[in-house]
Amino acid sequence: MTRLSIIHAAEPSSSATDPGLPPVLEVQGLGKTYGAITVLSGVDLSLQPGEVHAVIGENGAGKSTLMKLLSGHVAPTVGQIRLEGAPVSFPDAATAEQAGIVLVHQEILLADDLTVAENLFLGREIGPWWTVSDRQMDARTREVLARIGSVARPRDLVRDLPLAQRQLVQIARALLDPRKVVIFDEPTAVLAHDEVAALLAIVRQLRDAGAAVLYISHRLDEVEALADRITVLRDGQMIGTFPAAGMSQRRMAELMVGRRLDMLYPPKRTDPGETLLEIEALSVEHGRQEASLTIRAGEVLGIGGMIGAGRTELIEGLMGLRPATARRIALRGEDVSKRSVKAWQKRGVVYLTEDRKGKGLLLGSDLAQNLTLAALTETHPGVMLHPGRETRALEGAVSEYDIRVRSLRLTAGQLSGGNQQKLLLAKIMLTDPAVVIIDEPTRGIDIGNKSQIYDFIDKLVRDGRACVVISSEMSELVGLADRVLVMRAGRVVAEFAGDQITEENVVYAATSSRQDHQEAAP
Amino acid sequence: MTTVEMTQTRSRDGWQIRWSDLGPWIALAVIVLVGALINSNFLTSANLGNVITRSAFVAIIAIGATFVIASGGLDLSVGSMMAFVTGVMILVMNSLAPTYGASAIFMGAGVALIVGALCGLLNGLVVTIGKIEPFIVTLGTMGIFRALITWMSDGGSIPIDRDLRAAYRPVYFGSFLGVPIPIWITVAVVLVGAFLLYRTKFGRRVQAAGANPEVARFSGVSVAGVRTMAFVLQGVCVAIAAICYVPRLGAATPTTGQLWELQVITAVVIGGTMLRGGRGRIWGTIAGALIIETIANLMVLSDMVSEYLVAAVQGVIIIIAMLAHRFLR
Repeated sequence: MTRLSIIHAAEPSSSATDPGLPPVLEVQGLGKTYGAITVLSGVDLSLQPGEVHAVIGENGAGKSTLMKLLSGHVAPTVGQIRLEGAPVSFPDAATAEQAGIVLVHQEILLADDLTVAENLFLGREIGPWWTVSDRQMDARTREVLARIGSVARPRDLVRDLPLAQRQLVQIARALLDPRKVVIFDEPTAVLAHDEVAALLAIVRQLRDAGAAVLYISHRLDEVEALADRITVLRDGQMIGTFPAAGMSQRRMAELMVGRRLDMLYPPKRTDPGETLLEIEALSVEHGRQEASLTIRAGEVLGIGGMIGAGRTELIEGLMGLRPATARRIALRGEDVSKRSVKAWQKRGVVYLTEDRKGKGLLLGSDLAQNLTLAALTETHPGVMLHPGRETRALEGAVSEYDIRVRSLRLTAGQLSGGNQQKLLLAKIMLTDPAVVIIDEPTRGIDIGNKSQIYDFIDKLVRDGRACVVISSEMSELVGLADRVLVMRAGRVVAEFAGDQITEENVVYAATSSRQDHQEAAP
Repeated sequence: MTTVEMTQTRSRDGWQIRWSDLGPWIALAVIVLVGALINSNFLTSANLGNVITRSAFVAIIAIGATFVIASGGLDLSVGSMMAFVTGVMILVMNSLAPTYGASAIFMGAGVALIVGALCGLLNGLVVTIGKIEPFIVTLGTMGIFRALITWMSDGGSIPIDRDLRAAYRPVYFGSFLGVPIPIWITVAVVLVGAFLLYRTKFGRRVQAAGANPEVARFSGVSVAGVRTMAFVLQGVCVAIAAICYVPRLGAATPTTGQLWELQVITAVVIGGTMLRGGRGRIWGTIAGALIIETIANLMVLSDMVSEYLVAAVQGVIIIIAMLAHRFLR
């Protein structure tokens, strides 16, 4: 705060965070409902010019929805948005941009095969008549890039740029025209440490120039370093707006987590059995990570961390789905050298992907084909298919996993998310595995199906199997897991068991960089 | 309660007609009906037999293509491969004829099957191990096979040995139980193809690999292996077509099988197999091959449209078929 006031004292022209100034953007009672599901409700927010306003919350808290509502990508169901005092509603993102509000997306949305300048001016090319003037566009591109400290040149192909430079090009595109409000959605998710520092400098520069910056992040250290005020969202509800001064990272984590657990989860198991799977120093290609873990029978091992912490990559590396190396991997004390989905399946280790629609199910194929795809050999001994066995397997799965279907001849794409997940669970259980690894077991699933899936997981573990659950929902890890590993930037940074498994601990370990603070301290 | 509800819907499903499967056959029936009205000679058994026999080659190759396309691949080289296999087969037969007499035909046919399988294997391995688009790979091998037959025949033709001709003739011109031999061979290939695609684990994996290779990979299916095998099957089908085809012309020439790849792909696509992979439809492919040949036949029989426009009409048909897929689902 002191640093801020010094800046403004030195620059009297930017009268910025003077509380007497009217807010540039005001939001009242904003909410969004999809069908019967309310993803965001009751958000009141005000943005002062020259302020960095951070929005924090767990995955699924509604941060991204809020950003999309403000930037015209999604229309709100209820509530009012006022820009400089006048009520506005944006039919699309282009209108919002013309009004001076721009969203810098989390994902890189650039055309790889076009040049930097072409990307910057895509859809708003300049030039006389219907022609384009590369000279004019290059000049303005050079100017914007210089302003944000990018080393890219206007004629560089985006394809040839490293990820961090692409991110800067995306920011340059957003800042091509003067903006009143700039919204950053997890801008540092793809950046390395020193690139993050450069990005924070850009944000400060914007603020000092008098723009209002809405900054969404789950990296609490960045929020602490950058924000003037902090708004906390939880489960689609607004918890409150707090001044950033004096707010510790731990306090932020507590506000994000907030509530106590309900009766959603089965009681925990108490005594784990033998060690089934030992993984030593597994590192995935293109990652800096090197993770070690052990998996025991009769135990739910949770793997927590924020999106992008490298959890899915780690497991895909283990399963041979992406290149990886390991010092040693052993199943029941026996070294495993060949890693492929098929080889693991023969040894009793199966993996259920988080990407239900992209990697889990053949959406256009019927339920039986999906159910038996991984277990074709078990379901159909010999060369031929046995339709009768397959139908029986499906009937068994439908009743055991309570898959609600109108007909057994539906395609997988016609099922609801919850039923798709149950079908996938049935699919991997068909091979009678000993170790079951499930990535985001309840993503996008309603509460009833969630609770059922927790019960299935509990049952398979009580049957003496081991279950690994990767989850971005902290409450799920706390409620379900007997032991929790927390990953951050590709490494296992903490392990909790028993009473130590709390949302505060997990969130804190997943988001804060205690090492950095220790290093920074004299 | 749920069980009762389910069995009821299931019995109802049992009688459900899949219009998308029947579509090509309905189209064929309409074309035949139109043909009967246009020209009285069309519906004679001699003419129909001729049409079906002529469609046999495209049909046999298209069965293989159904596997390749269903697995997410594409093979443009089938026409050239057919010419190349034909050439190799005739050379082998001719060189063996003096020693082994008519048995040389069987040996030549055996060699043709092996050469066809190897050609398919080549395509498959470059696609899967080289990780190159099948369109590009088979565009390349298409040129290679075509150049090889031109080179082998020195730009002219490779005729089959006069002594073998009489013994080999029945494979195209003969008939069994009143049905021409090529039709029997086609029926056999279709039955084997349908069995492989619909009744074996291999067929299930082919369709999974085409529908979504990522899902297949995450389910432990060797996508590369399955796709390679589909190309090998394609090569074998090409060889079978070549074996039937040789007695018809008695020679291999640089123009043998020219543009057949287009007819083959047309037959597969009209038949309802998705070009982007996934579900393969063997029976639809047969209907597609028959439609192509029937239309060509009708245009020759009637005077309404010049037969030089056959390719144009086939082009229109493939586009109509695709539009029907899109809007009639």
